[in-house]
Amino acid sequence: MATKKMAIIATKGTLDMAYPPLILASTAAALGWEVQVFFTFYGLQLLRKNLDGIKISPLANPAMPMPVPMPVFVQILPGMESMATMMMKDKMKKKGVASLEELRSLCLEAEVKFIACQMTVDLFEFEKSEFIDGLEYGGAATFMKFAGETDVCLFI
Amino acid sequence: MNFDKEFDASGLACPLPIVKTKKALNDMSSGQVLRVVATDPGSCADMAAFAEQTGHQLLEQSTQDKKFIFFLKKA
Repeated sequence: MATKKMAIIATKGTLDMAYPPLILASTAAALGWEVQVFFTFYGLQLLRKNLDGIKISPLANPAMPMPVPMPVFVQILPGMESMATMMMKDKMKKKGVASLEELRSLCLEAEVKFIACQMTVDLFEFEKSEFIDGLEYGGAATFMKFAGETDVCLFI
Repeated sequence: MNFDKEFDASGLACPLPIVKTKKALNDMSSGQVLRVVATDPGSCADMAAFAEQTGHQLLEQSTQDKKFIFFLKKA
């Protein structure tokens, strides 16, 4: 059986949108797939050594289940984002959902290849020292080379 | 059923039961049996899909007191 391949473009840097690429990448790797994830724009935040800056906001997110209904003018108050993030992380822990750090380590351990988009690294003036080790840096052509051979290719 | 190794995935949510089952199988030899206990209801469908795609054989699957028990034979 030929090895299946999956390529993912991870473009989002909020807590909720950080999960799908890491869940799918770690699972596919566990199934024996060859996986590459291309991190670009806000997705680069998932490659930082410290992931504490990854947050979720109730603002402009009307689908987010809230314990009590919260009007928009309350959501904009200072500290609401941190509070929502804390509550979400707490709930995830209680439900046995892996932390982003754990999922990321599981990906790297299973030899998922992480590629950081060089253009957006330069655009946001990130230092490579802010990111975890073991990354490759490349552009669209690097991604397309692998993406063109894959069975599953996702933009998240 | 006899088994060679056990992995308790109780309390873990998707995708950890599958990803960690794969890790548990890594240091086993072909033909050995792994018993997995999970509490995530999604793991029932997922374990079957995992077995189908990896070639490991899902020998048995049962439910006891809200726990899902799987026996996997390593390919």
